[in-house]
Amino acid sequence: MNESSEATEPTVGSRWAELATAAFLMAFALLVIIDSLRVGTGWADDGPRSGYFPFYIGLLLLASSGWVAASQISRWRQADPTFATRAQLAQVLAVFWPMCVYVALIFPLGIYLASTVLIAYFMRRYGKYKAVLTAVVGIGVPLVFFLVFERWFLVPLPKGPIEKWFGF
Amino acid sequence: MDEINNLAHGFSVALTLPNLGFMLIGITLGVLIGVLPGLGGANGIAILLPLTFTMNPTSAIIMLSCIYWGALFGGAITSILFNIPGEPWSVATTFDGHPMAQQGKAAQALTAAFTSSFVGALFAVLLITFLAPLLARFALKFGPAEFFAVQLLTFCSFVGMSKEPPAKTIASMMLGFALAAVGMDTVTGQLRMTYGFPELLKGFDFLIAVIGLFGIGEILLTMEEGLAFKGQSARISFRVVWQTWGEIAKHWKTFLRSTAVGCWMGITPGGATPASFMSYGMARRFAPDPNTFGKGDVQGVIAPETAAHAAGTAALLPMLTLGIPGSPTAAVLLGGLMIWGLQPGPMLFVEHKDFVWGLIASMYLGNLVGLFVVLTTVPWWAAMLRIPFSVIAPVIVVICAIGAYTVHSSMFDVVMMMVFGVLGYGFKKLKYPLAPLVLALVLGDMAEASFRQAMLLSQGSLSIFWSNPLVGSIAGLAIVLLLSPAWGAMQRAARRREYALPVKNSA
Repeated sequence: MNESSEATEPTVGSRWAELATAAFLMAFALLVIIDSLRVGTGWADDGPRSGYFPFYIGLLLLASSGWVAASQISRWRQADPTFATRAQLAQVLAVFWPMCVYVALIFPLGIYLASTVLIAYFMRRYGKYKAVLTAVVGIGVPLVFFLVFERWFLVPLPKGPIEKWFGF
Repeated sequence: MDEINNLAHGFSVALTLPNLGFMLIGITLGVLIGVLPGLGGANGIAILLPLTFTMNPTSAIIMLSCIYWGALFGGAITSILFNIPGEPWSVATTFDGHPMAQQGKAAQALTAAFTSSFVGALFAVLLITFLAPLLARFALKFGPAEFFAVQLLTFCSFVGMSKEPPAKTIASMMLGFALAAVGMDTVTGQLRMTYGFPELLKGFDFLIAVIGLFGIGEILLTMEEGLAFKGQSARISFRVVWQTWGEIAKHWKTFLRSTAVGCWMGITPGGATPASFMSYGMARRFAPDPNTFGKGDVQGVIAPETAAHAAGTAALLPMLTLGIPGSPTAAVLLGGLMIWGLQPGPMLFVEHKDFVWGLIASMYLGNLVGLFVVLTTVPWWAAMLRIPFSVIAPVIVVICAIGAYTVHSSMFDVVMMMVFGVLGYGFKKLKYPLAPLVLALVLGDMAEASFRQAMLLSQGSLSIFWSNPLVGSIAGLAIVLLLSPAWGAMQRAARRREYALPVKNSA
């Protein structure tokens, strides 16, 4: 979530994470309020206009996240509670990036091939498995999903060049 | 006795061979979901929901609700054997369940947990059987103002009862409402908050949010703890089951108390997780020797499991009768009802008797089947957890991605799932509750519609919420609950010292 300033500390405080989250919510609230004002928050001939309800939702969101931010700032002098240790965050990031790459890979490769890549990466990188077992699981699991979804439930999933090549 | 007749009819619906099959599939899948980290009742059902679109709604809900029961049972297995709560509501079970397993009493702990789950659920289903029709009949008189007041009560009780800071609960809830409002306004056809992006026309689907928040978010959270699954093994013999039943029968008072706590927390949307903690705390307080708790006292297993299962089951009562789910998982089931074309709420009891009573009958059967399945197959599930996380984690990510994609066949949803995953991780870490977000996202459109209808009736005056004793007392209760954290703050500070539970990561 955030990179704290104290690089020597093994933990990351939650203060900046709290503020960032509150700021995100406040920004979102502003988007809601601005757009509600655009479509009208008042009363039309046929009843309340589209912005009537979201406008107050936006106000409440702004108020509550502002409250979180304010109480965070008012407690600035107190000890900063731990968000996570650096090692923990590194581990989380180590799975988060492959997941993002995986989702990005679905666009060009289709979901099956991308899944093979993801499973193989995890097994090689974190499980230190031999190539053969990695290949069996990496190809087998997507194949099972292929049979279940495309064949049994007839739900088409995103496909890429490999599936085209096989004629799907 | 109208209810008995209806229930008998329900059994005739549920007791067909295909439905029993779906029940068994549901329970098995549910236990699997409950055992695996990153997959839980809410997101497991959300992932499987698109596959049921073509099924008969009664069979579909029987299967999906059985997944829910299975997940409730399954959470206990990982808690007791591995000290890893597979589900948030089984965190309290680890306090005494895992010490019991370490002392070589894993089989007793598991038997006690499963039996307690079953007892809790059974009482909650009995409550549903007899209370739901009454409540539904009563709710038939509700107008838009009353419905909005009940929804207000639901959301205010989140603020009043959650352990999290009220500001964060409100923020999380409002985020849900705001996300629900994105897209086309169903009343006027006006586009809202799309800012020119065509992907946002349909708005945010709560299924995507649930898969991201609870699935991806949970995997990220699990990664923090590292991946060492070190656990005890267990094999349950019939003799142990029999002995344990004899032993836990002595704790009938704990059962009753926990059931009451669970049912109450389930109907009001406290949910299973706080119910399990509350019940654990109560059992400890009433115990003759509270010092045995945390060291492997069987009551420390009975109390949270009974309450969690009772709450999880009772959460379906307001969902069926009022269309207001008592837990995130119930919210997903409610979303399912709407997708199958059934309007949740009191009319369900009039127009779709087969569906409602089939579901209620399946709750009895499903829990019985569930108890049998988990008692006989525990070693398999324990073995399942020995599959290393480096294999399980990517497979769960793939399942989540497929689940998110199948909702609308849209890659945008898969990307949104990742965004919600990050949000879920951040919210969990910073103690923003996720349940209000999900419930607001599901109920947002309904709440807005009933609010606008009420405003139409009163020509824009809020006084409609005080216009008759019924709506006035519901709205008044809502306000009381909303404000209760303010004057309860002092009391809670005192109580916190007294309860001092031996946990830190009770998220």
